[in-house]
Amino acid sequence: MSTPTDPIAMTPSPAARATATTPPPAVAPAEAPVPHLGRLDAVGYLICLGGIVRRELLRFFNQKERFFSALVRPLVWLFIFAAGFRNTLGVSIEPPYQTYVLYEVYVVPGLAVMIQLFNGMQSSLSMVYDREVGSMKVLLTSPYPRWLLLLAKLIAGVTVSVVQAYAFLAIAWFWELDIPAIGYVAALPAFIASGLMLGAIGLLLSSMVKQLENFASVMNFVIFPMFFASSALYPLWRIRESSETLYWICQLNPFSHAVQLVRFALYGQFEPIACAVVVGTTLAFFTLAVVAYDPGRGIMARRGGPAGDNS
Amino acid sequence: MSSGERASPALDVAHVSHRFGARAALSDVSLSVARGHFTALLGPNGAGKTTLFSVITRLYSNQDGQVSILGHALDREPSRALARLGVVFQARTLDTDLTVAQNLLYHASLHGIARKAAKARITALLDRVGLSDRRDDKVRTLSGGQSRRIEIARSLVHEPRLLLLDEPTVGLDLESRADIVAIVRALVREEGLSVLWATHIFEEIDAGDDAVVLHRGRIVARGTAGSIAQGDETLEAAFRRLVAEPARQAA
Repeated sequence: MSTPTDPIAMTPSPAARATATTPPPAVAPAEAPVPHLGRLDAVGYLICLGGIVRRELLRFFNQKERFFSALVRPLVWLFIFAAGFRNTLGVSIEPPYQTYVLYEVYVVPGLAVMIQLFNGMQSSLSMVYDREVGSMKVLLTSPYPRWLLLLAKLIAGVTVSVVQAYAFLAIAWFWELDIPAIGYVAALPAFIASGLMLGAIGLLLSSMVKQLENFASVMNFVIFPMFFASSALYPLWRIRESSETLYWICQLNPFSHAVQLVRFALYGQFEPIACAVVVGTTLAFFTLAVVAYDPGRGIMARRGGPAGDNS
Repeated sequence: MSSGERASPALDVAHVSHRFGARAALSDVSLSVARGHFTALLGPNGAGKTTLFSVITRLYSNQDGQVSILGHALDREPSRALARLGVVFQARTLDTDLTVAQNLLYHASLHGIARKAAKARITALLDRVGLSDRRDDKVRTLSGGQSRRIEIARSLVHEPRLLLLDEPTVGLDLESRADIVAIVRALVREEGLSVLWATHIFEEIDAGDDAVVLHRGRIVARGTAGSIAQGDETLEAAFRRLVAEPARQAA
């Protein structure tokens, strides 16, 4: 029986070719390090991160409908709802606004973060889809630590959501929002923070949702309550007038804080409490997601094995 | 076997058990794939082949026992172990909306390979599987056999030394099946790749191949494919006999 004596025969890199042309050693060293084309250091990880983000963007731009539906949804709110509510819902002076503002102006930051909310859930949906079709397995056989892979997935989703949020702001600009130029710049870190938070929530959800079909319930029980019980559509003091309980629910909703963080940032101000809540929520949900995707402890292990072996 | 005995085997699975709740999917499974060998993993549906593959690829941690890839233990050095492992999963796992090249580049990046090096490698691999002309086509336009070949190319992008294939020819016509067997056999013969090939199609196995028979989560026979058959029994007949008996531990 023959045993290959040259473990690097198939390496195509020039250096290895040179080695391969020299006579192979008669006996391979007992534990010779096996060459590997990729690198497992920080540079390698950045390549990996870049690849994951690139795939997400490619998929995103391949699905034009997704891009437009993500834009149309908030524009419908802005164009129709806000026009209708304009006269019924006066918004009084409340920071960060220094004067009475039109309802359209009030609602824009909330709608921008709503895009991110939908996007976070969409990424989570695509994680579930990836798991069903098996491309999740391909991702998880990458040699990098699993939390780094999940972080890369998260960053990829946030990249897409920030692109969408700014596309919306660009269109909303025609509504005379009086957002200062500096606001558009200051909002970037806020969008990134809120995108990370919503993505981390989506990531954890994706580990809990068993099948794609169950995703409709995520819409009902996560997206709608988070969106409506928040400061996105109406200032919270308005809600307090009708229900103290609901007011506190809205205050506890991390989505409210993401909206406030972005709202203040758009007017060049920093809201420390909102920022703390957003960062804290992100860390908590991401940690839970990492535990959930851990090969030993998490849901992946307890899910009950591959369908084929599940007799 | 001078060097083969001293070097650790390409894959070493030692006393691995895995349970899903009360059901044991794998019970005390041990097998090894020698460097540069083609090893067949035979088993009927539900025998535990896919669970075993999931344990080896670290989708689940093994609950008992030890898996090592080229001497790197999966629990202690997962990155080094996974870096040398290539996998072709049973399910189709390419992004159908992306082109062949985009799929392969994505995989290269998952292993930390810079784009320039990856592109050269991908050109060589597409040549190898005979699909260089489909490089910029979307995967959805490929036939089943072609996308399988792309998946084999993808599994080799990061130069693994051990290749796992989980029933790679399922659902393919005879010709595509023969193509895939030929490609993988050539890799073993010419490049010294070690292969673990799960299947229940006996024509894909030669008498000289190492073979392991898995049944109900246990190894019921092992040896070269020729030696598993007794007398003038065919491998297929031997397999039917083995999986018909209640599962027992191989000697």
